[in-house]
Amino acid sequence: MNLKKRAGALNKKLLIGAIIFFVILIVSFAYPPFSKRDPLEMEGMMFEPPSSLYPLGTDNFGRDVLTELIFGTKTSITIGFIAGSIATLIGTTIGVFAGYCGGNTDNILNTITNIFLVIPPILILIVISVSIQSRSILIMSLILGITSWPWTARAIRAQAQSLRNREHIKMAKLNGESLAEIIAFEVLPYLASYIVMAFILQVSTGILNEAAMSMLGLGPTDTVSLGTMLEWALLFESARIGAWWAFIPPGLAITMITFSLYLANSGMDEIVNPRLRGVV
Amino acid sequence: MSYGKYVLRKGLWYLLTFFIATTLVFIIPRLIPGNPISAIVAQMGSGVPSESMQRVYESFIRDYGLDKPVVLQYIDYMKNLFHGELGISFSLYPKGVTEIIGEALPWTLALQIPAILVGWILGNLLGAYAAYKRGKFDKVLFPVSLLVSAMPYYVLAILMQYIFGVYLGWFPPSGGYSMSAFPSFTFDFMVDILSHYTLPFVSLVAVTIGSQAIGMREMSIYELNTDYVNYSRMLGLEDRKIVSYIFRNAMLPQITGLAISFGTMVGGSIITEIVFGYPGIGTWLFNAIRQNDYPLIQGIVLVITITVLFANFFLDIMYGFLDPRIKAGEMEEG
Repeated sequence: MNLKKRAGALNKKLLIGAIIFFVILIVSFAYPPFSKRDPLEMEGMMFEPPSSLYPLGTDNFGRDVLTELIFGTKTSITIGFIAGSIATLIGTTIGVFAGYCGGNTDNILNTITNIFLVIPPILILIVISVSIQSRSILIMSLILGITSWPWTARAIRAQAQSLRNREHIKMAKLNGESLAEIIAFEVLPYLASYIVMAFILQVSTGILNEAAMSMLGLGPTDTVSLGTMLEWALLFESARIGAWWAFIPPGLAITMITFSLYLANSGMDEIVNPRLRGVV
Repeated sequence: MSYGKYVLRKGLWYLLTFFIATTLVFIIPRLIPGNPISAIVAQMGSGVPSESMQRVYESFIRDYGLDKPVVLQYIDYMKNLFHGELGISFSLYPKGVTEIIGEALPWTLALQIPAILVGWILGNLLGAYAAYKRGKFDKVLFPVSLLVSAMPYYVLAILMQYIFGVYLGWFPPSGGYSMSAFPSFTFDFMVDILSHYTLPFVSLVAVTIGSQAIGMREMSIYELNTDYVNYSRMLGLEDRKIVSYIFRNAMLPQITGLAISFGTMVGGSIITEIVFGYPGIGTWLFNAIRQNDYPLIQGIVLVITITVLFANFFLDIMYGFLDPRIKAGEMEEG
C-alpha cells in the first residue's frame, strides 16, 4: 500500500474540517463587537427578499437575517462548547472509572450509562425545559450538557478497559501510586485523543440539540441562535410562503458546522485507528 | 446462559429502566422551582383568569392528587400510568390525553416503522458495498453520506418541503391529508394520504441511510481485515460469497447500533412531523408545548418513552436470537 499517499489523504480530512470550522468561528466571534446592527431590532417589513440593505433579506419580524445569522452562530457555537465540555467531563469521568476500576464500580456505572442510553435524551430535555420558564444561554448549555454524556461514557469506558492490563499501569501499581495518580498520569494521557474526538462530537451534538429544542419551542429565551431562527421560520411558515432566505442560511450554517466537526473527527479517528484507512 | 434466561434478564433490565424513566418524568418537574405544576397550584390560590380555566385547573389538581403528599402523588401517578390514565388535556378540555394520543399514535407509527426499516436496510447495503469496493464508489459515497448525516433531519425536512412541496409543487407541503378530503377507504383518499406521506417518509429515510451507511462501512472495513476473510480470499472464493460473510458478521453490531440510535431517531421524527405538520404525536407535542398543556406534554413524553423501551427490548430479543454466541451461552451481556 502507498503509505504516504494514505497519510496525506487523512490529513486532508482533518485539515478541511478544521479550516471550515475555524473560519465560521472567527467570523461569528469577531464580527459582533463591531456590528452597527442589533440582531433583535425590527428594521424592515416582514420577509423582505435579499437587497443591498438586507443582503440576506429580513425575517418574519423584519429583522436583518445576515446580522441574526452571525450573532446566532456565535450563540449556537457558545452553547455547543459549554454543553460539549460538560458532557465530555461527565462522560469521561464515568467512563474512566467504570473502565479502569472494573468490578462492582463498573457494574453500577455501566448499568446507569446503559439506562440513560436507552431513554431518548430529547424526552429528558423536554421534561426539564418545560419546567424552566426563562432559559439563558448558560442554563440551556447546562441542560444540554447533563443529558448527552452517555455516548461519551460508553466510548471512553471501552478504551479505558483496554488499558487496564498494560505493563506501565502494572508498574505504576507496583510503585504504590494512588488511584488518582494512576488515572491522571497513566490512563488519561492514553485516552487524550479519544477524549478530544468525543468532545468534537459533543460540541456538534450540543449545537444540533439546541436547534431541535428551539424548534420545539423550548430553546434559549431572549437571544438569537441558529435554532431560534429556524423556530421562527417554521412558525411563520417561511417555506410555504417561499421565503427561502429565512431558513436556508441558519440551516446551512448548522450543516456546515456539524459537517466540519464530523470531518475533523473522522480524520482524527483515522490517525488513531490505522485500520480505518486500510494501512494495516 | 440459555436463550430463555437471556430474555428474562433483558426483560427485568427493561422493567428497571421503565421505572427509572417514568420516575424521572415525575420527579424532575417537581424539583425545579417555578415548574408548571406548582405554578398552576399557586395560580389557584391567587385567583384564576376565568371560570372555565378554574374548572380545568381544579380537575388537574384532583387528577394529579396535588393536594396530597408527594409519596401518595407518586403512587397515584404510577397507578394511573398502568391503567393508561394520562389525565385531561388543558387545551382540549375535557378531552382525555389518552384519547388524543390514541388518535395520533397510528400516524406516527405508520410513518416511523417503514422509514426506519427501509433506511436501515438500504444504508447497510450501501455501507457494506462501499467498504468492500473502496475506490471511487467509496470516495463518493462516504463524503456524501457524511454531508447528509451532518445535515440535521429538520434542515433536510425544511429543504425538501420547500423544494418538492412548494417550489416544484410535486407533493403537498404539509398535513396528513387534504382539508377537503373526507377520511374513508376510497381509492382517492388513499392516493391523497400517500402523497402527503411521501415527503416526511423520504426525508426520514434519507437521514437513516446516511448514518447507517457510515456505521456499516466502518464495521465492514474492520471485518475485511479478519483471518476468515483473508483465508477465504486465499481459497479463491468469489467476491459475492465473501461479501455475504462480511455482511452477516458486520450486521450484528448494526442491530445494536439501531437500538441505540432509536433515542436520536425519536427526536428526529418528532421534528420532522412538526415541519410537515403531520398529524402524529410530534405535532401534538409541539402544540402542547406552545399552549402550556402540561398533562398532554407529560402523556406524550411517557408514551414515547414506553414505545422506545419496547422497541429496544424487541431488538435485544432479536439480537439474542440471531447471535449464536448468546444461544450457546458464551456471551456476557450487560
